[in-house]
Amino acid sequence: MKGIYVVYRKELYRFFASPIFYVVAFIFLALVGYFFYSSVAYYSLLSFQAGRTPFLSEQLNLTDMVLEPFFGSISVVLLLMVPLITMRLFAEEKKTGTVEFLFTYPISDRGTVLGKFTAGVSVLALLLAATLPAMFLLEAFTNPPWPTIMGGYLGLLLTCSAFVSLGLFASSLTQNQIIAAALAFGALLLLWIIGWAETLVGPTLGSFLKYLSLLTHFDNFARGILDSRDVLFYLLFTLFFLFSTLRILESRHWRG
Amino acid sequence: MIEVDNLTKLYGSLVALRQVSFRVDQGEIVGFLGPNGAGKTTALRILTCFMPPTSGTARVAGLDCQQHSLEVRGKIGYLPENVPLYLDMTTRRFLSFAAAAKGVSRFRSGQEIERVMEVCTITSVAERLIGHLSKGYRQRIGIAQALLNDPAILILDEPTIGLDPSQIVEIRSLIKQLGAERTIILSSHIIPEVSQICQRILIINNGQIVATDTPANLTAQLQRNLQVYLEVEGPEAEVVQKLEAVTGVLEVKPTNGESSYLIETSRGQDLRPELARTVVESGWQLRALTLQDMSLEEIFMQLVTDEEAGKEQK
Repeated sequence: MKGIYVVYRKELYRFFASPIFYVVAFIFLALVGYFFYSSVAYYSLLSFQAGRTPFLSEQLNLTDMVLEPFFGSISVVLLLMVPLITMRLFAEEKKTGTVEFLFTYPISDRGTVLGKFTAGVSVLALLLAATLPAMFLLEAFTNPPWPTIMGGYLGLLLTCSAFVSLGLFASSLTQNQIIAAALAFGALLLLWIIGWAETLVGPTLGSFLKYLSLLTHFDNFARGILDSRDVLFYLLFTLFFLFSTLRILESRHWRG
Repeated sequence: MIEVDNLTKLYGSLVALRQVSFRVDQGEIVGFLGPNGAGKTTALRILTCFMPPTSGTARVAGLDCQQHSLEVRGKIGYLPENVPLYLDMTTRRFLSFAAAAKGVSRFRSGQEIERVMEVCTITSVAERLIGHLSKGYRQRIGIAQALLNDPAILILDEPTIGLDPSQIVEIRSLIKQLGAERTIILSSHIIPEVSQICQRILIINNGQIVATDTPANLTAQLQRNLQVYLEVEGPEAEVVQKLEAVTGVLEVKPTNGESSYLIETSRGQDLRPELARTVVESGWQLRALTLQDMSLEEIFMQLVTDEEAGKEQK
């Protein structure tokens, strides 16, 4: 594990030194802001109408109409943005040759992988934290269910770690950043929607695919349901790709 | 200090190193000399644990490079070929990352960075982005990071490439100075450089070590024939004919210059008096007559081309 902190600090510095982060952060926050605004505006419109129709007012609740779409939209935006954040991590070092430093300084491969992973997750956690003011805005006007909100953010954080681990893996496969981003995006999108095939294949395979889908597990979090199976799924997903990344790095020892 | 036994490295079917063995003792400065693609960088990369050999062993300070990778890496300062650097970091930032990665404590780090920056004269660019610096500065930053934490062994892959002449002189004297208490391996394809700095030379070609000795010994050993440079005014064909008739002359080659010739003579005898007499007796004007030492360049060329000629025969 030697070197995690060293690599972590270097990667964080490089994230903030490169324009990619600021561009991604700007687009992310603009999109999330728009989604938040539209769902809140729609909710308040319905609330006015509900004042006249008591039947409707029973149906209205903040979790279903604001929080769930809000977390859902953040997760989709993350799906688009994370590959752009992670594509550099190994591909660029391979291309420029700086990877030679990482492999000849007395730091372990494990330290390198974990350092880069934690740096990526930290950067995304910062982006998520930047969306918190929206929640405080809700607090100012209504009475939002904070446990649901915390569940949602925990889900987002776990999603981030799963996405980053897959992005890191894609980046370790190539020295071309565009290929790394395309691979990560393709794989994430496929894993996101793989559950849709449920009705097409048999029930056994169908439930397996549904379980494999990132979306299924995220939906629970977005509704404020904290299920240990979902937490475990994300953690295993992350571990699996970190482990694969490590194996890819070690493959330099036996590949010709 | 460094022991390499029967090192072989294959890239797919391409043989980069073939059964290479050598030793480097403590405090030695050894030069790896060879044409491009000879396997210099591959050998150095194996020593620095960047990649493992296909077969054979490499040991640094008694530790196997593969089994004790982290310990070995801790003892080595390495300047990779072409000096890859993080272009979006400042010099000081990069060096502080390198220092931390090499295990310099945070307490000592600042002082250590100042020291190597001073040694490599890059203090003036400490706060500038590496991407904005010239090749010469980048090269020196590369050397500076190798010196961090005062490693016992320095492995420098083409340390003076891309520097201007005055910087080359500086870096060479720096390497010599560092070599006083350290073991240094450097690779180069610039022959005078290696012969000036190094106590011992390993000439490597096609993945094999073709010669290893001190620069002086190499010159002496391989000087099979003596060459005499002669300038004479006279009809070329006749001059060649008459001179070749002198006993002991192996070959007379007209050179590009005006009426000048290179004469190969067998080793161990100085034919200059006879040559002079022949010229004068034929009634030609003798303008110059000098004995030429075979330079290290020629020895190198000879070794490298001998090897290739031998291969073709097979």
